[in-house]
Amino acid sequence: MPTLEKDKPKTNRIGLTLADYKGAESTLCNGCGHDAITSQIIRAFYDLGIEPHRVTKVSGIGCSSKTPNYFLNRSHGFNSVHGRMPSVATGVALANRTLLNIGVTGDGDTASIGIGQFVHLIRRNVPLVYVIENNGVYGLTKGQFSATADRGSKSKAGVSNPLPAIDCCQLAIELGCSYVARSFAGDPKQLVALLKGAFVHRGTSLIDVVSPCVTFNNHPDSTKSYDYAKEHEELLHEIGFVPYFEQVTVDYDEGTTQDVRLHDGSHLRLKKLHRDYDPMSRQGAMRLLEETRESGELLTGLIYIDPTSADFTSLLNVVDEPLATLPLEKVRPPKEALNEIMEELR
Amino acid sequence: MAPSYAVTSGLPCLWSTIPGPKTANPPGAMRLSPSRLCLKIDLYHGLKKEKGGFKLASTIETAYAEEIADRNPESQVNDFSIQVATVNGSGSQSSNTVLMRSIFQMGIPVSGKNLFPSNIAGLPTWFTIRACKHGWIARKKEIDFLVAMNPETAREDVLSLAPDAAVVYEESLKLDQIRNDLIFYPVPFAKLAGEVTKEAKLKRLLANMVYVGVVGRLLSVEIEEVRKAVLKQFKTKVKAAELNISAVEAGWAYAEKNLQKRDRFRLERMNRTAGKIIIDGNSAAAIGCVFGGVTVVCWYPITPSSSLCETMIDYLHRYRSDKETGKATYAVVQAEDELAALGMVIGAGWAGARAMTSTSGPGISLMAEFSGLGYFTEIPAVVFDIQRVGPSTGLPTRTSQGDILSIAFLSHGDTKHILLLPSSVEECYQMAIDAFDLAERFQTPVFVCSDLDLGMNNWMADPFPYPEKPIDRGKVLTAEQLAKLGKFERYRDVDGDAIPYRTLPGTPGGLAAYFTRGSGHNERGQYSERPQDYRNLMDRLARKYETARKWVPAPVVSSNGRASGIGLISYGSSHWAVEESRHQLSVERNIETDYLRLRALPFNEQLRSFVKEHERIYVVEQNRDGQMASLIKLEVGGDTGKIHSILHYDGLPIDARSVTDQLLQQEKGR
Ligand SMILES: Cc1ncc(C[n+]2csc(CCOP(=O)(O)OP(=O)(O)O)c2C)c(N)n1
Ligand code: SF4
Ligand SMILES: [Mg+2]
Repeated sequence: MPTLEKDKPKTNRIGLTLADYKGAESTLCNGCGHDAITSQIIRAFYDLGIEPHRVTKVSGIGCSSKTPNYFLNRSHGFNSVHGRMPSVATGVALANRTLLNIGVTGDGDTASIGIGQFVHLIRRNVPLVYVIENNGVYGLTKGQFSATADRGSKSKAGVSNPLPAIDCCQLAIELGCSYVARSFAGDPKQLVALLKGAFVHRGTSLIDVVSPCVTFNNHPDSTKSYDYAKEHEELLHEIGFVPYFEQVTVDYDEGTTQDVRLHDGSHLRLKKLHRDYDPMSRQGAMRLLEETRESGELLTGLIYIDPTSADFTSLLNVVDEPLATLPLEKVRPPKEALNEIMEELR
Repeated sequence: MAPSYAVTSGLPCLWSTIPGPKTANPPGAMRLSPSRLCLKIDLYHGLKKEKGGFKLASTIETAYAEEIADRNPESQVNDFSIQVATVNGSGSQSSNTVLMRSIFQMGIPVSGKNLFPSNIAGLPTWFTIRACKHGWIARKKEIDFLVAMNPETAREDVLSLAPDAAVVYEESLKLDQIRNDLIFYPVPFAKLAGEVTKEAKLKRLLANMVYVGVVGRLLSVEIEEVRKAVLKQFKTKVKAAELNISAVEAGWAYAEKNLQKRDRFRLERMNRTAGKIIIDGNSAAAIGCVFGGVTVVCWYPITPSSSLCETMIDYLHRYRSDKETGKATYAVVQAEDELAALGMVIGAGWAGARAMTSTSGPGISLMAEFSGLGYFTEIPAVVFDIQRVGPSTGLPTRTSQGDILSIAFLSHGDTKHILLLPSSVEECYQMAIDAFDLAERFQTPVFVCSDLDLGMNNWMADPFPYPEKPIDRGKVLTAEQLAKLGKFERYRDVDGDAIPYRTLPGTPGGLAAYFTRGSGHNERGQYSERPQDYRNLMDRLARKYETARKWVPAPVVSSNGRASGIGLISYGSSHWAVEESRHQLSVERNIETDYLRLRALPFNEQLRSFVKEHERIYVVEQNRDGQMASLIKLEVGGDTGKIHSILHYDGLPIDARSVTDQLLQQEKGR
């Protein structure tokens, strides 16, 4: 019997199905926040119709760092070493500037062992979608506090964390990051829009996603639990992403909606909620994060964006085509060049 | 096809066109053959050859017979060493280079060694120039001609000299009161410099150029060559060149008028340097990288490796901009540390770039984890280690070969790496090119183990040949090839050489993608903890290392066919002292030796047979623990009792006399 048109799986603009963007079966715990993020990553790539072979996935070590295996199995993936995803991602970006590079790490991976590399990647504005799956613990090594655990948050065994949390968003803004967002694994709608914006943005796009660890940090005294996050989440704005290939002209009120045009013609449409917040102001972003640090709110949304920033490969003035595959005549100077050098050394 | 070594093939010596210190003389060599020299010694000193080795009938404290033969008691021509003792940061480097160049331009083989402190300014530094008509370029321990410019070390410097040495010194230091068996030349350096300039800072710099004039005059350097060398040194800075030439002339004139030549050292024009270049190993390696098609360079500053990447940046800038767009066909990153540097190189190599980093001991330690990742996940990377003295910070500005053992197995777990061991600046150049080919061919990190002596000192060399072979990108499948194959398994040994195929990110067609992980994986790159999968992978990696034996540069063996039972083995910068020592042993003691110079790990069959064929093996190297000797023992197994070490590890470059003395000592004790 021929398949009816309506029974055919839905496809995106390049004719791929959602399943074409999936990866291997997840081996994480049932209900782990990381899996929820994986679903939105798959969704974002599908919606934008990005060709999987143009994507690279890199990660460090941790439960979170395993997830690149669970999406886009038609893309090259690299699960490297603990805390060093940023350097590997930098190398990939330099070798081939035509790729869309997504890095997934954990809060241990980024805020402890790898914080040096995190800092320097951002400082260089390496083109990379940098997703922190932030659960406040080391999941893979079974529940030790991480450096993003809030002060006073308790471990499963009841021990209170005495140290202040490192806020990766605040640090990123301080370092000049040009796309800084915070989200929550339990808020798929917002997350998918932020991911799409990040895919299009040039330079480092940081998304710090609260991603509860159901096994080690989802108890009532934890500030990184589903319940706590749901209760304390406050949306900065309602966020929508309009890709360049889908320019629908909807009326929106200038007063209540802010439209951020990205370099390829796509837009991030931010509908104002309770506060009047401009994500294009760096000082405003710093002030906001400082305020919420004290109030304990979980503020989510696009915290800061500079859509005009120049990424690292542009700063280095690297040729447009991938360095990886330049032909011999472009990477080996002619004989005369060697002769000239030798002449100078005589 | 294995990489060819046109530069050194057959001739283990840098001086491939110089009829010089080779045990086997090249065709057309004019000098006395070692056998004839040995005969002479036999007559003089009654060396007797007995079964199983040599009995030493008498001791000879003098240098080579050749020297004895042609030495005129009045003068010692083109065969002595000059040491300049100055203060770090006083601009002495330019003066030293100018003096060395002038001698080079007179056609006399010359080598220079800079002994400098880990300090920017103010601490003592010594520069030794060895002029040697025979072409020996290893360090010579004895100083014949001292230029004492540093008040702090002057006394000690003078006390360490052998009788009859000459000393040029700043008049006010009154060094002539310390000893009466030396020849002293007092010079009012400050005053002479003051006549050239009134500026205090310049005066200090120019005082060093004044010494070039004084020494030049005393040693009969041709003044025209000094002028040329100054112009070369200061290139476009015409004003500076003029000032410096004036300083040279002031020294020259002073010596002419006031100093009566009383020492026996003299330079005389020869024709042994025509067409040659002078370069340090780091610059040579940098040129190799630029012509080897490097595209990503990530480094973190550390002495003595920094100049490799810094020089490379200059050359990349000059020669690697795209003709149409003017954009760079390379990317250079000064990383935040060595860990990140190798991480970037691994990331870039994975994505298909020819990527390299350069470092020294402390950086190598930091690179351990990524080295293991590169080995286990099979990603090309090129790492230069310009070895300095460890452990820890050690002596940062002194030379050693102390990282060999840790690099050979760098990282945890069963890890073995490919090492290249350049001995000369030509090999620094050639092996840089080969390192990229090998890294991509074998999909693994390749370590080029140079050292401070080779990397930072100036060496004479033949001009480097333009690479003839195209670059080897190894087994990389394109979209078209994949489509034809219909499937792709990243870690399967398809060809039986244990080298799998890889694909690069960005390859279209849907078949190219695979997942790279430092955790256990099967042939398809999937996560696996299955015992059999792990063993298969580890066994294949071991077989891949076996394949590499045939590809890496083979050792260079030299023998004059009159083997005495002694086989010497060395590598890297130790080579030059070993060559000279073999000559000493031959002419002074009538001891003939065979010699194998290692050029890479893994070793090949030649090493095994060399060890087998000789009664006693001496492995000469610059570290305390005999690191290469240990690796050789591991390799050859069996009768390792015959493998002995000759070691040099005081931070100064190894010299021939130390090798000879240690060998004789050990031979005596047998
Ligand atoms: C050099 C090194 N040290 C320690 C470890 C052990 N280790 C593995 S994952 C991990 C922490 C992971 O925490 P996080 O990044 O927050 O990821 P999560 O599992 O919570 O997603 C640690 C300490 C390691 N793999 N490598
Ligand atoms: S341990 Fe925690 S972080 Fe790891 S998979 Fe389970 S729930 Fe997720
Ligand atoms: Mg975590």
